[in-house]
Parts: sequence; structure tokens; C-alpha cells
Amino acid sequence: MNPIFKHGPSPVHRLVLVLLCSAALIFFDHKMNSFEPARGFLQSLVSPLQYLATAPKQMMNWAADNMTTRRQLLADNQQYKINELVFHEQALQLDIVQRENNRLRALLASPLRGDAKKMVAEILSVDSDPYTHQVVINRGANDGVYEGQVVIDDEGIVGQILHVGTTSSRVLLITDITHGVPVRISRNGLRLIATGGGVIDRLTHNYVPHSSDIRTGDLLVTSGLGSKFPEGYPVAKVTGVIQDESRAFSQIQSQPVAKIDRLRYVLLLWPEQNNLQESNESKTLPAEKAKIK
Amino acid sequence: MSIVSRLIMFLTLLVSLLASIMPLPLSVDAFRPDWVLVVLLYWCLALPSRVNVISAWVMGFILDVLLGSTLGVHAGAMAISVYIVAGNFQKIRNFSVWQQALIIGVLSALYHLIVFWLQRFLTDAVFLPSYLYPVFTTIILWPWAFLLLRKIRRNFRIT
Repeated sequence: MNPIFKHGPSPVHRLVLVLLCSAALIFFDHKMNSFEPARGFLQSLVSPLQYLATAPKQMMNWAADNMTTRRQLLADNQQYKINELVFHEQALQLDIVQRENNRLRALLASPLRGDAKKMVAEILSVDSDPYTHQVVINRGANDGVYEGQVVIDDEGIVGQILHVGTTSSRVLLITDITHGVPVRISRNGLRLIATGGGVIDRLTHNYVPHSSDIRTGDLLVTSGLGSKFPEGYPVAKVTGVIQDESRAFSQIQSQPVAKIDRLRYVLLLWPEQNNLQESNESKTLPAEKAKIK
Repeated sequence: MSIVSRLIMFLTLLVSLLASIMPLPLSVDAFRPDWVLVVLLYWCLALPSRVNVISAWVMGFILDVLLGSTLGVHAGAMAISVYIVAGNFQKIRNFSVWQQALIIGVLSALYHLIVFWLQRFLTDAVFLPSYLYPVFTTIILWPWAFLLLRKIRRNFRIT
């Protein structure tokens, strides 16, 4: 039964109350960042919803995986065997080169570079909010994920961890409007900053002088400056260089090499710890591979 | 209001939350209707004494957490849209379903514009026409959602 006389505050009072709450939340969350600990907690609270929302997609994937034909499986298997052979050979080469590099670095008294610990994560959900480019992955504080951690896929840098929950965490993609990566051109070492523009297949580079040597097709790799992203991972390919002399700077655009709109599995990187982690890493990876299957 | 009624209302809102974060292909994603807004507006029209500005704010807040946006953005926009309906529910109830759909479309556009204005203020987002595509799908969704939710409400005698 509906009451004839309404109880409680009038709609206007309620509206004013909640708008004040909103304003306070926006101020403290955006300007002061005082919700970082609460964010992790909230993220853990809503992660069941996220797992539930991806269930239909998981089922579709499962069905698709189970409905492949024997011939398809055999062909895939063949291809993987060939790939494994090729990659194994490359890994051998790399091992020799790395040893040599470490020896040379030791001679130069530079710090050695160790292997980074890695972990495979699966994408749980992609945000439908067009203003932020974020995805949620199925790893959280329980797996040792921490805020600001680097996330890559098989092609290049994807982004970094934004909020950590207990069993899931949120990744800020490099194409988000608030994100920037320090990069350099792999051809000549010129340093740039790759800023997201809110468009899924484009990065922009501001404040690049007209005189700088950039060509379409140049590969941009992380420069390791700022010590957030490890050095040398591919980030983007330059797609457009407009050198309009009437403007103060030339306009550079690039396209991320990571398949940001088709992510399914990503790799989390832990900072390199000079070979201490080597045994640990070799333990982690096969286990993770087993989980994917 | 019995526990069953509360549970049913809670379930419809939960399903709307799930629908609004369910992963979709990128091309379809731009057209995702505002499920949460539609369900909230229905309950606000049907039972304005149960669902009102504060419940809308709470749903918006959960949406903020789920979408990872700045806390309070969707909450505020949701509260304003629902406030308009809460103030005029007696008029809107008497319209035909398609007229209601147009009004819901206007409210949805307002909702998206408020979210955009706040984002513009916070992060210098640039306006793209695709941000308003959900308005059209929301208009199309409304009659079906309205009929379905009314059937649910009558079936379970939620008052």
C-alpha cells in the first residue's frame, strides 16, 4: 500500500544531500586520491559481480574450445610444434647473447640485468565506460599484484595496474586519456612521451620539435625513464607525422602494437631482481601455462 | 513490502548491473543501452515511495566502482535523472509507452551529458558523437523493459 503522506525528507532535500555526497566523493577521489585503500576494498567487494558478468562469455569460449574438430586440433598442434622449435632455437641464441651482454656489462661495471618474474592473467571484463580505458584481470593481491605494475601482451605494453583487489585488479590501458608512457624511437633513440587520447588505436606525442627525426613506421619502445616501465618493450608504431611550420610543434600519432581491443591473456611483470628470481620464475611459468589449459 | 518483493526488485537491479558490465564486442559496445537507468526509472515510476533519489545514487555509486570511473560521477548523474522522474511520476505514468520512451531518451541523454561534462571537467575528455549512441538503444529498450518489468511487478504483486 502506498502511503498518502510521504515520510522522510522531500525529493529536493534528498537530491541536495546526494549531490553534496557526489561532489565530496569526486573531490576526494580525483583531487586528493584519498580513496586508494578503499578502492581496493570496493574492487574486492564487486569482483563477484564481475565474475558473474563474464560467465556467459566464459561459457561461449568453453563451448567454442570444445567444438573444434580433430583436424583443427591436429593442425594447431603441428603449428605449435613448429613454433616451439623456432622459439626454442631463438631462446638458445638469446641465452648466449645475454651471457655475453652480462659479461660485457660486468667489464664496464654496469649493473647486471636479471630476468623479470612473470605471471599470466586473463581478462575478466572490459569497461563499457567510453571515458576510461580500463580492463579487469583475474589476479589480485593474493597473487602479489601491486599498484603500478606493468602489464604486457605478446606484442607490447598494454598498461599498468590501477587498483588491486584481493582476487581481481584493474588495468589502466596506455590509450586512456590520463596515461603516458616514456618511449624512445628504436631506430635512433630519440625520446618521446606517448600519451593516450581516449581512442583505442591511437597514441599522441606532444611537444616534439619540427627538427626531430621521426618517420612513419618507426617503432617506439619503452625508454625505461621514470623507472615504471622496464626498458625495451615495444609500445607503438608511428602512423602519422605532420610537420606544419605554422604550429609550434610537429604532430605525431602512433598506433599501439599491443592488440588492445582484442586482449584475452596478458602478462604481469615484476621488476627484475638480478637473477635471484630466476628459479622462482621458471617455477611460476609452467604452472601458469597449466592453468590456461 | 514483503521480503520476496524486495528480493525481486533487488534481483532486477542486479541483472541490470550485470548487463551493463557484460563484455561485448567493441562495435556493439558503443550501443549498449543504460540498463541500470531504465530499471531504476521503471521502479521509480511504479513505486516512487520505494525507489527514489537515494537508491539511484547508491546504484550509480556501484556502477562507478564497477566501471572504474571517478567515484561519484555516475552516482550524481543517476540521482539527477531519477529526481526528474520522481518529481513528475504522475504525469509520466499517464503517457503511452512510446511517449514514455521519448522522455526516457531525453533523460538518458541528460545522464550521458552530465557524465561527459563531469569527465570533461576532470580529465579533459573530448566529445565524440558516439557517446550519445546509447540514447537510441535506450529508447528502443524502454517499451520492452517496461512491459517485462510490469509483468514481473504484477506477477509478484510488488507494491
